[in-house]
Amino acid sequence: MFSFKKLKPLAALIALPVAAAVTTPAQAAEEVNIYSYRQAFLIEPMLDAFTQETGIKTNVVFAKEGLLERLEREGRNSPADLLLTSDFGKLWDAVNKDLTQPVESDVLEQNIPAQYRDPDGKWFGLTSRARILYTSKERVKEGEVSTYEDLADPKWKGRICTRSGKHNYNIALFASMIQHHGEEKAEAWLEGLKNNLARKPQGNDRAQVKAVKEGVCDIALGNSYYFGKMITNAKNPEQIEWAQSVNLIFPNQADRGTHMNISGVALTEHAPNKANAIKLMEFLSGQLAQYMYAQENFEFPVRPNTPRSNLINKYMGEFKADEVSLAEVAKHREQASKLVDKVGYNN
Amino acid sequence: MNAPVNVPPKQQRTLLRFGGSGGWTSAVTLVALMVVLPVFAVFYLALFPTENIWAHLVDTVLPHYVTTTLKLMVGVGAGSVLLGVATAWLVTMCRFPGQRWFEWALLLPFAVPAYVVAYVYTDLLEYAGPVQETLRAYFGWQTARDYWFPEIRSLGGAILMFTLVLYPYVYMLARAAFLEQSMSIQAASRTLGCTPWQSFLRVSLPMARPAIAVGLSLVSMETINDFGTVDYFAVRSLTAGIYDTWLNMGNLGGAAQIASLMLVFVVLLITLERLGRARQRHFSAPDRFNTLLTFRLHGWRAAGAWLVCALPLAAGFLVPVWVLGRYAWINLASSWTPEFAAIARNSFVLSATAALIACALGLVLSYGKRLYPTRGVSLMGRLSSLGYAMPGAVLAIGVIVPFAAFDNSLDQLMDNLFGISTGLLLSGTLFAVVFAYVVRFLAVANGAVESSLAKVTPTMDMAARSLGYNSLQTLFHVHLPQIRGGLLTGALIVFVDCMKELPATLILRPFNFDTLATHVYQYASDEMLEASALGALMIVAVGIIPVIVLSRSIAGSRRTERG
Repeated sequence: MFSFKKLKPLAALIALPVAAAVTTPAQAAEEVNIYSYRQAFLIEPMLDAFTQETGIKTNVVFAKEGLLERLEREGRNSPADLLLTSDFGKLWDAVNKDLTQPVESDVLEQNIPAQYRDPDGKWFGLTSRARILYTSKERVKEGEVSTYEDLADPKWKGRICTRSGKHNYNIALFASMIQHHGEEKAEAWLEGLKNNLARKPQGNDRAQVKAVKEGVCDIALGNSYYFGKMITNAKNPEQIEWAQSVNLIFPNQADRGTHMNISGVALTEHAPNKANAIKLMEFLSGQLAQYMYAQENFEFPVRPNTPRSNLINKYMGEFKADEVSLAEVAKHREQASKLVDKVGYNN
Repeated sequence: MNAPVNVPPKQQRTLLRFGGSGGWTSAVTLVALMVVLPVFAVFYLALFPTENIWAHLVDTVLPHYVTTTLKLMVGVGAGSVLLGVATAWLVTMCRFPGQRWFEWALLLPFAVPAYVVAYVYTDLLEYAGPVQETLRAYFGWQTARDYWFPEIRSLGGAILMFTLVLYPYVYMLARAAFLEQSMSIQAASRTLGCTPWQSFLRVSLPMARPAIAVGLSLVSMETINDFGTVDYFAVRSLTAGIYDTWLNMGNLGGAAQIASLMLVFVVLLITLERLGRARQRHFSAPDRFNTLLTFRLHGWRAAGAWLVCALPLAAGFLVPVWVLGRYAWINLASSWTPEFAAIARNSFVLSATAALIACALGLVLSYGKRLYPTRGVSLMGRLSSLGYAMPGAVLAIGVIVPFAAFDNSLDQLMDNLFGISTGLLLSGTLFAVVFAYVVRFLAVANGAVESSLAKVTPTMDMAARSLGYNSLQTLFHVHLPQIRGGLLTGALIVFVDCMKELPATLILRPFNFDTLATHVYQYASDEMLEASALGALMIVAVGIIPVIVLSRSIAGSRRTERG
């Protein structure tokens, strides 16, 4: 026979997590809460170093999508102090939705050059990266492709690979094309690029370089630091082969320079642990963290006079970066996104 | 399938209802309201978008989303019916070496999440994978340009992946239908001159059609809800479109509009399912204890049957488990950490909690409907299955919106009245995650409970009630002992579904919190399958438990002659 007694353990099971959820404190003494669009394992070393130095604990929710939306809905009671992003677009969205608050800090202003931070202190860049071309050493001659504009040339038909046109990195690049050429020309260019794709956009940036190695295509679009991540990848040695099969092209060296993006940080509007959060922001822009970003992630540190990794120096050298304002480019993101739909880039 | 009871419905209702209270109706309404809360939140967003991009979507990408989704559904549906019905027929009606073993083994692919088979087959079949490597070495090809090989990351690949892990739905239901069919009808068809094939096509198959329709609708719902697989394969389905519009274009209203369109698809599928179930009821009472007329297969026929059953089992279960097992073994030292144990515990506790709550609520819904089969109550029941139709990420928005609104207004109220801030009580807690699971999978639990409750003849209720039990006592002392099996089945399926659930968990979870599914996704989606293999293997292992229970409960429905 069924009896209530048998239900007891069940009731306990139900009550347990509910109770745990209710009693979980949103704020404790010394901690910082982070909503991160950056992969947890990429930022963990810096966060650990911060905790070691200050004793302040860091709590992270990592998700590739949806954190801004969560922050927005949680409103003034949100536990989040900091928003970490892997591109400028998300930072810009956060500022536009009034989810961030200005920070005044001499340390931040000293560490981060003006072009990499908001004049009002509502967002700060931590690292920069170039969106470059990875070309096959065997099948693409030197000088054959040197600009983003070249990618729409019909001679590359069936020879180019990119990730989804809707990915932030590509949207930022397409938005910069709109900024420089106007919407109409940008659309024609995007259409041309789409027609040159060897396959439907898929996978991440590394997967495009892999496709070049495998002969699926000859040119791949990708962020610069992935090269370092691949060529030093002792855990997955096949990635070293991918990296060795390509040349790195920094586009548009003869004119405006290579398109740049940043990863960054912003203080949320209702940050409950404001003081600690600013400490972490300052730490991330400081010498140690910037050095780690450069050495471990192969990104370009924003802090002047931070040594770049030897590897970067060996393979990339100096290059001309597009100096156009990130905020100006970001204004065209929505247009860019609609163009991607319009030319059926991902279909 | 139930024996018809000769009590007019009207009288039945009055008989059951006496002494009861409106409490059940209110309880059913309450549960249904809870489930539709997120659905309404999404509709609201769709109707009042901050910036309307519907016209842009219709002009550009929407037609592609719709046709892709239709192709996906048709492909997966056809594949699942073909595999599911063929294997169900073979193991039920034929006798060949290994048949008894296949009976339950054919359900095993059900334990593997679609995104996991997608990761595994990409690993095997991509250019750098062992299959193409072997081919290149054998034929001396150098690069991808020297030969043609089907691209696994494509619409066709996605259809194949879904079919491999979803056909068990059809298999399970078709097998139950074949088992319960009256053998006298089949025998009659044979004496009237049908060959075995004709008898299958003209008698057994049409009789099993409702069950197959139910299976098909479940398969289709799983297919259109998936995100992990279509995202990985770059297949632009409606769900992918919802993600893109919401998260890349930052237009929640537009995403909610696509989600509403998708809901139309789902309502069609639910109707299909309802029709299927309704038709089932009109069947004659089966002579369950007659032995099945089986065909004994020999020689090449037996080999053929064996092959037909072995292929889906190998492709949908053995190969993925072997690949994952190998990776897990190689990386055991680095994967098996205290953190991993904590992650596994998170998954267990969350899924178990959600499964229990879902079953309890499913019981309220089914029993309420049994006591008061009014139009209103059955509408509530149908409403409460809407959650199953929502893709995880949409559901997550639907949960965040009302929860945050509740938290913030309560906080405001308490602040004004007493000067205390209550903060976020529900948002960003495990409660929100469990709530999302329950809303999403209540339909599954409800279905299991409802069908097993339907097997208890109403005369039992009448006897219990006339002997002085009230409705609650009747439930606990008469029904629960009889439907324990159904409850357990429902709980187990919900449990496994929660273990696999990915998108809602990703968005709703608290700080520093991972489940096995998020753990697997984080690595595998970044093409590091080997680091996530142990977690994936564990999800599969847990998924096997309900598979075994399910297969035993189906087999138990008819005592067949074992031969």
